[in-house]
Amino acid sequence: MPGTSINWYRFASPQAFYPLAGRMIPWFWALAAVFGVAGLYLGFLVAPTDAQQGEGYRIIFLHVPASWMSMFIYLVMAFWAGLGLAFNFRLSAMMATALAPTGALFAFLSLWTGALWGKPMWGTWWVWDARLTSELILLFLYVGFIALQSAIDDPRRADKAGAILALVGVVNIPIIYFSVKWWNTLHQGSSVSLTKSPSMATTMLWGMLLCALACWMYAIAVALMRVRMIVLERERQTEWVREVLRGGESA
Amino acid sequence: MMGIYWNSFAEFLAMGHHGIYVWGAVGVMALAMILEPLLLVRGQKALVARLQSQFRAESRDNSGDRRADRPFHSEGQH
Repeated sequence: MPGTSINWYRFASPQAFYPLAGRMIPWFWALAAVFGVAGLYLGFLVAPTDAQQGEGYRIIFLHVPASWMSMFIYLVMAFWAGLGLAFNFRLSAMMATALAPTGALFAFLSLWTGALWGKPMWGTWWVWDARLTSELILLFLYVGFIALQSAIDDPRRADKAGAILALVGVVNIPIIYFSVKWWNTLHQGSSVSLTKSPSMATTMLWGMLLCALACWMYAIAVALMRVRMIVLERERQTEWVREVLRGGESA
Repeated sequence: MMGIYWNSFAEFLAMGHHGIYVWGAVGVMALAMILEPLLLVRGQKALVARLQSQFRAESRDNSGDRRADRPFHSEGQH
């Protein structure tokens, strides 16, 4: 469609991005709520019991979305950090910084829900199994990224140092993902595979996918909220920030 | 197929003797996903208020009002 193309690069400037992100946040909250209610309804009220695991298996509707998000957010964070490092885009480095705490939260929730699932199924909260250990390393990578960035006063240097750490840590993601195949782990294999049809009941699968979508929308909403704060803080010397705050920005 | 699986609310709560594990997972995840956005809303409000008062103080200083009680720029400008 000639003539209707939008100049997307315009939104790469913090000034254009700030109000746009503010308008998008409520929509992502709404989507997160709709997907979350639907997913939890299917998972906790409709889905039948699991023949082997009983009702404890329902932790899957929290554990799998949290684990997926912890890995996915890391890849997105490393992507933005790498883009910032390579091209010096201000906004992409800020995006990486904004994603790290939410990624760390999902890594923690993955470990927490996993421990509460492991206890009734395996008889232990924790084992030094490849899947669990590599997920713990993921949490440490997030914490390391946050600590490293906050230890460096100059934001541009903090961006660079964080980006290098984030990019090196990417190697951990395939290790987590394939650990259940590569090693003989106590952790069960993938519940959903791209290559073969799912081994679970349809309601279970839909419940899990909807919960994952809800977490995804949640992560976007929260990351946008945080990146707006980072933009304001870092651009506070500019005229546009004064203009925005003079214009009665209250929230 | 879309009917409710449980026969009673008590059965739902008990989760077949796995209640403590299931609800422990639900509770902490819900808490985290409520607290994080609440803290961000609070942080944004505090940041906006801080920057606004900083800008007000600067424009007072720049408008030539020498009665201002601070002779120099504050808050690490430049």
